[in-house]
Parts: sequence; structure tokens; C-alpha cells
Amino acid sequence: MQKDRPMLDAGHTEETLLEVNNIEVIYNHVILVLKGVSLTVPKGGITALLGGNGAGKTTTLKAISNLLKSERGEVTKGTITYRGERVQDLMPSDLVKKGVIQVMEGRHCFEHLTVEENLLTGAYTRGSSRAEIDADLELVYSYFPRLKERRKSLAGYTSGGEQQMCAIGRALMSRPETILLDEPSMGLAPQLVEQIFHIVKSLNEEEGYTFLLAEQNTNVALRFAHYGYILESGRVVMDGAADSLRENPDVKEFYLGMSDEGRKSFRDVRSYRRRKRWLA
Amino acid sequence: MPDQLLFGMEVVLNGLMAGVLYALVALGFVLIYKASGIFNYAQGVMALFAALTLVGVMEGQVPFAHLINAILGTQVHHFGWHVPTLLAIILTILVMVLLAWTVNQLIFRHLVNQEPIILFMATIGLAYFLEGFGDIMWGSDIKKLDVGLPQGINPAIDDLTFGIFGYGFFIDNLDIVATVVAALLVVSLVLFAQYSKQGRAMRAVADDHQAALSVGISLKFIWVMVWSLAGFVALVAGIMWGTKSGVQFSLSLIALKALPVLMLGGFTSIPGAIVGGLIIGVGEKLFEFSVGPMVGGATENWFAYVLALIFLVFRPQGLFGEKIIERV
Repeated sequence: MQKDRPMLDAGHTEETLLEVNNIEVIYNHVILVLKGVSLTVPKGGITALLGGNGAGKTTTLKAISNLLKSERGEVTKGTITYRGERVQDLMPSDLVKKGVIQVMEGRHCFEHLTVEENLLTGAYTRGSSRAEIDADLELVYSYFPRLKERRKSLAGYTSGGEQQMCAIGRALMSRPETILLDEPSMGLAPQLVEQIFHIVKSLNEEEGYTFLLAEQNTNVALRFAHYGYILESGRVVMDGAADSLRENPDVKEFYLGMSDEGRKSFRDVRSYRRRKRWLA
Repeated sequence: MPDQLLFGMEVVLNGLMAGVLYALVALGFVLIYKASGIFNYAQGVMALFAALTLVGVMEGQVPFAHLINAILGTQVHHFGWHVPTLLAIILTILVMVLLAWTVNQLIFRHLVNQEPIILFMATIGLAYFLEGFGDIMWGSDIKKLDVGLPQGINPAIDDLTFGIFGYGFFIDNLDIVATVVAALLVVSLVLFAQYSKQGRAMRAVADDHQAALSVGISLKFIWVMVWSLAGFVALVAGIMWGTKSGVQFSLSLIALKALPVLMLGGFTSIPGAIVGGLIIGVGEKLFEFSVGPMVGGATENWFAYVLALIFLVFRPQGLFGEKIIERV
């Protein structure tokens, strides 16, 4: 890894890569999942999409990467643009060629392919020579040395952490500009989560990848991200710089499990939540 | 050497040859199963359809002749030309690619991410449709297929074995050709699946449609490619079986023989299809030869299925099938 390169303070670039404008997503023609979500992803930043189960994080990511169609979902309102260009009618493969790739929730490695073969499928859309692809493989291995050790084993037999690394590495092999990372912490031990986020951070700082990550683990995500959006029932309820979100009393109360007034009994917490929701 | 043993050896050899033919059909199943997780019930009918088309093109038959004559009151049957074998085979391959594309466009494109059982049902529908379509297109009479493959007893082997054992083995030339063709087909398919970019993508699609989409693999392209390959394999199988026993409806039933072959070899293994085919071919013939007379014969009809059932109990993924990965 090149440590001597100046750190990009990536969160503060002006250039907007991805712009999601007031989108609505409906599954199966009837189930309204997103009710007007807007967000922007600046180049070189780590943007976090936070919220509980069913808030619409995954749906937002899939709407961007165009993987919704195969799940009978569709964007019925609003626009999604990448570098100012409307991308919501593209095939997922076209979007990958434009530099946007998604790492899906739950890893989704190809179980019966070896780790290395998994990585190579990431380079599917590229017309690159074998030498270039080999060089990129080495780059991925330099960030994930563990994958190099396990490159000949079937991905299905590797551990959850290794699979997450494999899925991220596979996405890197497409030479993306923006990586949509869905719930990287899912089912992993806290130490591993920490490790994965550190790697994401260094990929962002050293290689300049832009990340949009969906995460339930608000605490970890806000420590590593530059900017955050909080989703609730298909709407963005709050957004701001990661630091300010971490200090925000509501975020502390709802998502970080802390409170200015110290610990409360569960009954108080519940009523507080209910009151807040009604006011919102 | 005792006659019984020599005769047994001949039976084994013939069993191996028959097994190759089973394996050819099984190969088509494996390809589609590998790439899309679909058990393609229509594979046997595809072999029939390919053979029908090949004969039709070679003979210069007018497609849909009966339909045209019935509607327009004309009497057309043949164009009056004969297409050379090689050209006819190429044209048939094109028809099979077109079929693959149509099938994907009309059926499987709409079934991405559905349960395997739904995809399976779709292929059953496809099988019946294709069966009727083949009939309407080319007529339902039994046709003779002759693409110039050598047939009949191989005199060289006959002489050779007669010289050694004093007993000439009867080996059909066609079976020898089929064996060589099958071997070539398997080697090239394995190399393709294991080492080429598209082959890797094919296996990726089989594992996880969504993930394959997410890395930018086009499902449509891969599926059309795989169905085309399966169509090609079906054509090869159709040519071999059609030459052997004429192109007729019963050709589509060989698919049922391919089923135990697959259970033995494993649904996901290309070499497994061959080994499974050979085991079934030899086992069937040997069983008929040794046990058959005691139970009144006709064991060939059920032996393969019993063997497959035993395998299902002890090794459900087959001899060479992909391990069923379960992490706990």
C-alpha cells in the first residue's frame, strides 16, 4: 500500500457523482417501499445510508444499481443520475461499465467457484488484457492478504468475513469508481466489522474509491463515513456530516443507544420514541 | 478363453458404446443445469427437433407443408433440392440458436429469480410445445437420417479379435464414431467451462443470478449461449440416435434414460455425464446378460432406474456432482 501518498480528504470534494432525486419504489406494483428518497454522493467520499430493518436502505441501493427489476420492483417516480446522466433505465452491466458496482447484502459469493475465480468474474465487463487483470488481482490481494491464502478454495467453504472480503474484492476487480456496499457488517464479529471498515476507509483514501454504504450498525458507520443519511419507513428523516450526526441527540437516542440524560428505563424510551414519531 | 468370458467382454464393449449415446443426451441436461439451475425436461425433445430439422433441411422439405396445403389448398411438399450434409448441419445449428434465443426471450427472461420448480414446469411446457411444433413443421412420419456416418460391423475389430481370441467381436462403426465425437465434445466443453471467461460466467450465473447481475454479467447472453450449446449437443445426440434408429417420436424418450445417468454422474458435472452414461450402459448390458435370463429378461428397462435410486439414497449429488455446500 502506498502510505506516502497524500490523504485525500475525500468527504469534501465538490464534484457530485451520484444524485438520487426524490425516488419512489414500488414492488409487485402494489408495495410502496421508498416514498421520495433524495441523496447525493460526492466523488471520493464515504456516504452512509443508515436506518433500521425495512427502512429502505437496500432498496435504495438496488434502485441505483438497477437490480430491482429482477425482484419485481420499479422506480416509479424521481430520477437517478450519475455524472449528470440519467441511469435508471440502464442494464446493471451498463452501469458496471460506467463504474458503479454493488456489493450485495449477505455477500452473495459464487459458492462453487474458487475465491480467485470469484474475483475474476468481477472483471467480466472489462476488455482488459490478462496482464492488467493479474495486476489488479495482486492489488486486491494486497488489501485482502487473507484472500490470497484462500484463493484456491471454494468460496462456499470460506468464513463469513472472508466471503465479505471476496465480495468487496470482486467488485474492485471491475475497476469501479463508486461502490455501493450493502450491510458489510452483517453477521460478522465486531472485530471483523472493524477490520472490514478499516479496509474500506483505506480503499477510499489510498485508491480514491467512492463509497455509498448501507449499514444498520450506525455507530461504526458514522465513525468511518463522511456524511450520513438516516432513512425511516422509506423516507430520509435526517442527514448531515457524520460528526454532527454523531452528536445529534435524536441520533444518539434512537440509533446509538445513548442519551444525554443518562440511561433510562425501557418504558421511558418507548414513550419518547412514540412521541418523537408523532411529532415528525 | 472360455466362450462365456469372451461373450461377456463383447457385451461390456457394446455397453460402453451404448453408454456413450446416453451420455450425449445427458450432456445437454448438465449444460443447462450448470448455467441456470434449470432441469431442462425438453432436452430429449430438442434432440428430436434437431434431428427432424436436419432431415427436413437435407431433403429439401417445405416446412409447415401440411398447414400450408390445408389452408391454401396447394400441394407443396418438397422444394426439389437436396442440401449437402455439412451445410444442412450448419443451418440446423442456426435454427437451434434461434430456438435458444426465442425460448429465452419468451419464457426464461420473465422467470429470473423464480423457484427452480417453476423453471422446471416451464421446460415441461416447452417440451410439449416443441413436440407438437416439430410435428407441424416437418410431419410426423418416421424418417431415415443418413449423414454419411459409417454403419455396420467394423471388420478391422472383427478380424483383430478373431485373430487373438478366435472369436470376432461385433462392434458397430456408428458406436465408434459416437464415442470419438462424445469424447471430443466433453473435452472441449470442460475446457470451456473451467478456463474461459464465458465459461466462468456461466458457472457464476448457475450459482447466483443476482450476484452475477451485480458484477455486470448479462443473464440474457449467458442463457442464450447455454441454450444454444445445449441445442448443439442435442443435435449431435439427435444425429447419432437418428442414424441408429430413425428419426421418430420415440427419440424424445431417450431423455428419460438420461435421468438415471445424471443421478449417477451428478447434475453439475460434464465428465460425470460421460462416466454415468458408461456405467449405466455397461451395467445394463451386463445385468441383462448375467441376471436377465433368470428373471425372464427385459431388465434393461428398469435396471438404470434402480441403480439411480440406490445412488439417490447414498450419494444424492452423484459421483462427480458439486458438493452440496452447507455451512453451519
